[in-house]
Amino acid sequence: MKSMALYGRRRRVSAITMALSVAATAFGAFWLVAILATLLWNGVGGLSLSVFTSMTPPPGSAGGLANAIVGSLILTLMGVVLGTPIGILAGTYMAEYGRYSPLTPIIRFVNDILLSAPSIVVGLFVYEIVVVPMGHFSAWAGGVALAMLVIPVVVRTTEDMLLLVPNTLREATAALGAPRWKMIAGVAYRAARAGIVTGILLAIARITGETAPLLFTALSNQFWSLNPNAPMANLPVTIFQFALSPYAEWQQLAWTGALIITFAVLTLNVVARLLSNIGTSK
Amino acid sequence: MTEAALQSVSEMKVGATDRAGALRRFMVGDAVFRGATLVSALVVLLLLGGVILSLIVGSLPVIRTFGLGFLTNQSWNPVTDKFGAVPAIYGTVVTSVIAMLIGIPVSLGIAIFLTELCPHALRRPIGTAIELLAGIPSIIYGIWGLFVFAPFLQATIQPWLIAAFADVPGLNSLFAGPPYGIGVFTAGLILAIMVLPFITAVTRDVFVTVPPVVKEAAYGLGCTTWEVVRKVVLPYTRVGVIGGVMLGLGRALGETMAVTFVIGNAHRITPSLLAPGTTISATIANEFNEASGDLYTSSLISLGLILFVITFVVLAAARFLLMRLEKKAGI
Repeated sequence: MKSMALYGRRRRVSAITMALSVAATAFGAFWLVAILATLLWNGVGGLSLSVFTSMTPPPGSAGGLANAIVGSLILTLMGVVLGTPIGILAGTYMAEYGRYSPLTPIIRFVNDILLSAPSIVVGLFVYEIVVVPMGHFSAWAGGVALAMLVIPVVVRTTEDMLLLVPNTLREATAALGAPRWKMIAGVAYRAARAGIVTGILLAIARITGETAPLLFTALSNQFWSLNPNAPMANLPVTIFQFALSPYAEWQQLAWTGALIITFAVLTLNVVARLLSNIGTSK
Repeated sequence: MTEAALQSVSEMKVGATDRAGALRRFMVGDAVFRGATLVSALVVLLLLGGVILSLIVGSLPVIRTFGLGFLTNQSWNPVTDKFGAVPAIYGTVVTSVIAMLIGIPVSLGIAIFLTELCPHALRRPIGTAIELLAGIPSIIYGIWGLFVFAPFLQATIQPWLIAAFADVPGLNSLFAGPPYGIGVFTAGLILAIMVLPFITAVTRDVFVTVPPVVKEAAYGLGCTTWEVVRKVVLPYTRVGVIGGVMLGLGRALGETMAVTFVIGNAHRITPSLLAPGTTISATIANEFNEASGDLYTSSLISLGLILFVITFVVLAAARFLLMRLEKKAGI
């Protein structure tokens, strides 16, 4: 009888804790739904063609986000173009030439630190090494700051994906008499392509919404400017400024910008995921 | 077939000098490519070194003026050029502690659900939904926190907390004062939501590494699901779980935009969690562009250095634990 009571209690404890874990999952998923619903609720109303065609307005008048959207695209492109080659090459060193070098674990460790380092610190660093010597804020500085966030993501995925390439492929290429660089460029990269592209997409997704490193590098710009030597408008900083302003039009634009940016980032994430599924199931 | 092979052999004989040339090209190509990859790998090291060095150089005026007093001084007054890091460090620590207190149990719950309870067909979609929380940019958490979450807390949970703990000594000073909506408590809650996906991802991955045989043995002895998790899964994955928690903590400490929106940016230490405060990253984000004078700018960079050192230690510990785990697993 007593043992039955004990058994019942154990069952109850288990049932309660498992119910709590279901509740925790519902809790986690709830926030995703809540945030997306709020964005849609507040942002869709402001979506119109003029958002994509007119400039950010002065307070109290209507306008759009065209210069911020284009600026964001340019800055993201700069970050990717500057960061991806370095990231892929560094990942290549770790997985191919330096696989057994004592340097590789150190680089991996440092890269992992950079991967989760606070992005605002990256902004301070770029401010010190680019903005101060140049004497003014510029899109270049913003691009460099974003590149610093791209590099660790790309290094990590490139190394991981190259390590998954079977060694027999490498040996077969070497047996054909191909030099090592040809083996890497023609065989290893091709075998790891889906994974590396996934890494780049994830890096783009990461920098698309980054605000902190742009605050003191690219700054922002009220006007249309494609000059990389001048401050450049960009969506995240514009959202930051407009959301904290007291003007209703600006706040509405901030919500619309937030909606655009979130769906861009989530789409990139989902595409990257699908791509990596295709890559691994092959 | 044979003809073609013979032909290529004869071509090779003819081109003995060509072959030497080709080999040399191969070697040069290899040296160049190898050099390029090595330089890029070193760039990664240089970046971290550069960040540390530039922050130290930027902090020199503060170190010369205040010395270690910067770390113990509570005032932050740009007008009199008196700066101290204590309120910002305090806010950073308190918000992160709140985030961890809520984030850890919820993340573990989600990981348990995903690995033990969830039907196979639902594992992927639910796992992805949680991971997408990490994809939402932090500025979105900020704008949502400011316009939706903070007013909600102000109207519901905060007055309730104030009323509920009004007569409890100790807790009543923790939950005192008018419900502002924004403040340390709100920032901590938002951070808790933001660290969920990071801790969940790591804990779920290490939970999966538990050999099914061990779990089945425990079930065979008559253990309930909770007992299997508590007595088998958690002890087996302890190091990995701690690593994941540290990773989440690193995120919470350095998170900037979401906190900047909702913390209120007040350089003071109050016992009440409902009052506005500030964190290191929020202070930098709010004040850097308006900072006038070398000492003000340098104080903000020093804050950046402190933040970097704190997160570096936390992240290094996390990586160390997770690396040890990978070595054990033989990956």
